[in-house]
Amino acid sequence: MKLIRTTIALLALASSAVSAMAFDREHKSLGQTFADTNCSWCHGPSLQGFTTAPRLAGQKAEYIQSQLLSLKSHKRDNPLARQVMWGPAGTVTPEVARELGAYFSSLDAEAANDGRRELAGQGQGIYQNGSAGANIPSCAVCHGPDGQGAGAIPRIGGLSYAYVKRQLEQWGQGYHASAAFPMPAVARQLSAADIDAIASYLSFVR
Amino acid sequence: MTDNSLSAGVFVMQPQSTLPGVISRPLPAARLRAVSPPAPLALAVAMLVLAMPPVVRAAEISDHPVSSGYLKGKIQYCTYCHGSSGQGYRGYYSMPRLAGQTPEYFINQMRAYAERQRQNRYMYTAAHGLSPSTRSALARHFAGLHPGANEHGPRGAAGEGRRIYQEGLPNSNIPACAACHGPEGQGSGQNPRLAGQLYAYTQKTLANWKAERTSGGSPGPASIMEPIARSMSTSQQAAVAAYLGTLK
Repeated sequence: MKLIRTTIALLALASSAVSAMAFDREHKSLGQTFADTNCSWCHGPSLQGFTTAPRLAGQKAEYIQSQLLSLKSHKRDNPLARQVMWGPAGTVTPEVARELGAYFSSLDAEAANDGRRELAGQGQGIYQNGSAGANIPSCAVCHGPDGQGAGAIPRIGGLSYAYVKRQLEQWGQGYHASAAFPMPAVARQLSAADIDAIASYLSFVR
Repeated sequence: MTDNSLSAGVFVMQPQSTLPGVISRPLPAARLRAVSPPAPLALAVAMLVLAMPPVVRAAEISDHPVSSGYLKGKIQYCTYCHGSSGQGYRGYYSMPRLAGQTPEYFINQMRAYAERQRQNRYMYTAAHGLSPSTRSALARHFAGLHPGANEHGPRGAAGEGRRIYQEGLPNSNIPACAACHGPEGQGSGQNPRLAGQLYAYTQKTLANWKAERTSGGSPGPASIMEPIARSMSTSQQAAVAAYLGTLK
């Protein structure tokens, strides 16, 4: 009898532990649930980015929100945004945008490390100091000395070389940013060589 | 020329300059009568301050023409950080509002940055290549801008900030800010406009006053602020900053 009672007690403990573990595994945030089902296909299972889709992990929450809403409103209108993101962004409500922002910003970010190494030093110079002679501002004053971003200003350290290059080029071509000023005007000040160097440097920034 | 008028126990600070042709607008004494008279200790400090030697190099506002294409490029360069209307911008760092700033103060700061008397690597880069005539042209440009209200700090603190701004902190030997910066924070001559300044910028500037300024060379007009900033507590600095952010 004593053996049976002990066994029952042990089994009860074990099963409650197992069900507790199962409960934790399924207790994902709304942001994570939404991202797993909708975002990771293109942005990668760990949201570190994949080919043309940028890294979302570790991005500023306010920036994620503002970009999702500006994709939804079609303000952000470069070709890939139009082709790939306008559709999905149409389903995003402000509440979902907030949840996704909170989730992405909580994740660790990896640097893409895919820029041109020989240009990284030059890129660092432009990023940190700008160029007074060419009227190029320092990127660091808004985006931070380590590309970490602030508030609604994106974290750009470690983003893919091709992605940053494309954004800067497209603003120079007249495609719109969510905020009308200053990025399109800043991008117009940059030469092709400047863009190549900055995008290379940033891809290596942790 | 120094003109001190004591009226109803309130004094008026005049910008001190020794060069001809320098613009200096005295504060109208009438507007200060409403302010309560400072305590004797604060008054004594103020008298001491007035007795300090005049600034060695006052702002020279040049009328030399600057090429319009070059100037336009420089103005745009400033606005990338300081905002399209010079209203200031809170990035990773806080870039202060330039709109409506007094030309003398603007020029003095540009020179201080270029000569590294005021330490800021980004402003050194921006300022050290500019000629005096360009500095003057930029100063005039931004002085004439009047954008709307800025983002401000916690409104709750603004009430205490207003009291400190208008009455000073006699127990800490701090004169009323209004005495030099104007009853509405509009500034005068070398004393900068503070009205509508970014909360984060004002707060950090007061907190880091000494750290930003080297002691090399002649003490600039900013040296008067060092004991004042040092004597204010963090919450007093924040309160004044919050109040100033609400002013137009």
